[in-house]
Amino acid sequence: MAAREIHDGDIVFCGTGISMVTAMAAKHINAPESIIFFETGAIDPKLEEIPMAVADPRVMYGAASNSGLLEAFATMQNRKTGNRVIGILGAAQVDRYGNLNSTCIGEYAQPETRFPGSGGACDVASFVPRYLIFMHHEKRKFPLKLDYLTSPGYLDGPGAREREGLLPGGPTAVITNLGMMCFDADSKEMYLAYYYPGVTPREILDNMEFSVDVSRAAEAAPPTEVELTILRQRVDPHKLVL
Amino acid sequence: MNSSHDKVMTLEEAIARFVTDGCHISIGGFTVNRNPMAAVYEIIRQGRKNLHCYAHSNGTGVDELIGGGCISRLEIAYGGNGKAAPTCIRFKLAVQRGQLQVEDYTNYQMALRFLAGAMGVPFLPTLSGLGTDIVRKWGFSPGMRAKHAELPDKKLEIIDNPFGNWGGAAKVVLVPAINPDVTIIHVQKADKNGTCRIEGLNFADIDQVKAAKNVIVTCEEIVPTDQLRERPEHNSIPFIHVDAVVHVPFGAYPSACHNCYDYDPIYFRHISHFAKDDKLYTEYLAKFVYGVKDHEGLLNLVGKGHLDTISADKTTGYAIGLDRR
Repeated sequence: MAAREIHDGDIVFCGTGISMVTAMAAKHINAPESIIFFETGAIDPKLEEIPMAVADPRVMYGAASNSGLLEAFATMQNRKTGNRVIGILGAAQVDRYGNLNSTCIGEYAQPETRFPGSGGACDVASFVPRYLIFMHHEKRKFPLKLDYLTSPGYLDGPGAREREGLLPGGPTAVITNLGMMCFDADSKEMYLAYYYPGVTPREILDNMEFSVDVSRAAEAAPPTEVELTILRQRVDPHKLVL
Repeated sequence: MNSSHDKVMTLEEAIARFVTDGCHISIGGFTVNRNPMAAVYEIIRQGRKNLHCYAHSNGTGVDELIGGGCISRLEIAYGGNGKAAPTCIRFKLAVQRGQLQVEDYTNYQMALRFLAGAMGVPFLPTLSGLGTDIVRKWGFSPGMRAKHAELPDKKLEIIDNPFGNWGGAAKVVLVPAINPDVTIIHVQKADKNGTCRIEGLNFADIDQVKAAKNVIVTCEEIVPTDQLRERPEHNSIPFIHVDAVVHVPFGAYPSACHNCYDYDPIYFRHISHFAKDDKLYTEYLAKFVYGVKDHEGLLNLVGKGHLDTISADKTTGYAIGLDRR
């Protein structure tokens, strides 16, 4: 479902784990001409084995270029290439406007739980016009208010990115283990677009602190046999992620 | 700095000379790759304290320095280390216990800060971070910053674009330069004067080196100067920036060194297992860090047979089919 959001010609900013699987699935299934790149500076590597970190030596083999962080982030800040980038991000919390927290739970100075921090996530969310967010659907991960706003979504609603001086952008969709949420073009608020077979919209609402519009929700088509075979046999044959 | 004299020395000597208590330090590499681990373990063995560390995403090395009790202040973008430690474990514990003062930036901001240091300008602009808590929440208070002459007065600053809307931006975030007292990197090849060739991604190593007052390079191989100068365009760092060159085979272990060896997923899991518990971690340090004389001692403990399993394939630069579960 996430892979279907990636199109030929897109430059895919890729993290680890499920985002890597998504990017590789898109390349094998629906967008063979998409380009995978990493914040460490590797662009369009062969990816014969699935990398487990963005600095994994597997991102370096057969790349168009191996450079560094400055070049990778400039690729996204520069509008010529940046406008083609689709980001894939994860986080500990997401709010109704698609803002992300990957820094901490509790007070910043001495938090209850510390997470890794932005890494390149805030940079991606600041620069590129489209990004996908992967989340596990749990109430505490969809709070009314973030403990820390690490990466900008639509901030506090329509026009907020522009007021703060950010480039136009914001998340395209939030994809979870229960369904997929998108963002209303006018209000910039999250709404339920798809729920998976066997899941109800009620169940999804029960797993979030804030409520979302479910009037537009439809049941998602399950992955086809061909898609599943590609995921299991070509993308992640050793079950490192899936 | 300067001249082309022989800068080769032992790791013990290089750390003793250039890494002092309370100094400002940065290390090269990124999460599971090319962290100067031999140097990190030597810093812990020599008992350095109160280091102020600058990191973008150095997973392995920074977490061990924190665990070893060497770091008291940390400016960082990302404290994670791949599958074995999605959040670096000693980092996480130290922050939650209030034992470590942290200032968060983004990876691009940290890379720009090193570049500013390397260029000799006080700051550089970016469009990243506007509207976020990275600009609103400061780990180091203005009062604390005012007391430390070696820290800028502000974490960062947002200004209106002084060129109007030129470049399509109304505002920019300015991030202050970093000039560490010492930067330590690990590379595949260097000559005795310090000219380096980095294979694969350079991450932010080159600017971290050029921004620093002192530089230690550890390397897999010391090669003749003439060999590096046959293809100067492939060299990453000229000798003028480097103060010490140390020959340390497997010097990035257990992180990877492209074309030489892969990261060691088993040893990473081993560290993570011990890192979760203070008592276990103390035992781990006693055996695998304090219990060995030097990096070779650690490699002997790990065993040559095991190291062979992460040996890099010559074509791909990594260990093909390595069990990474």
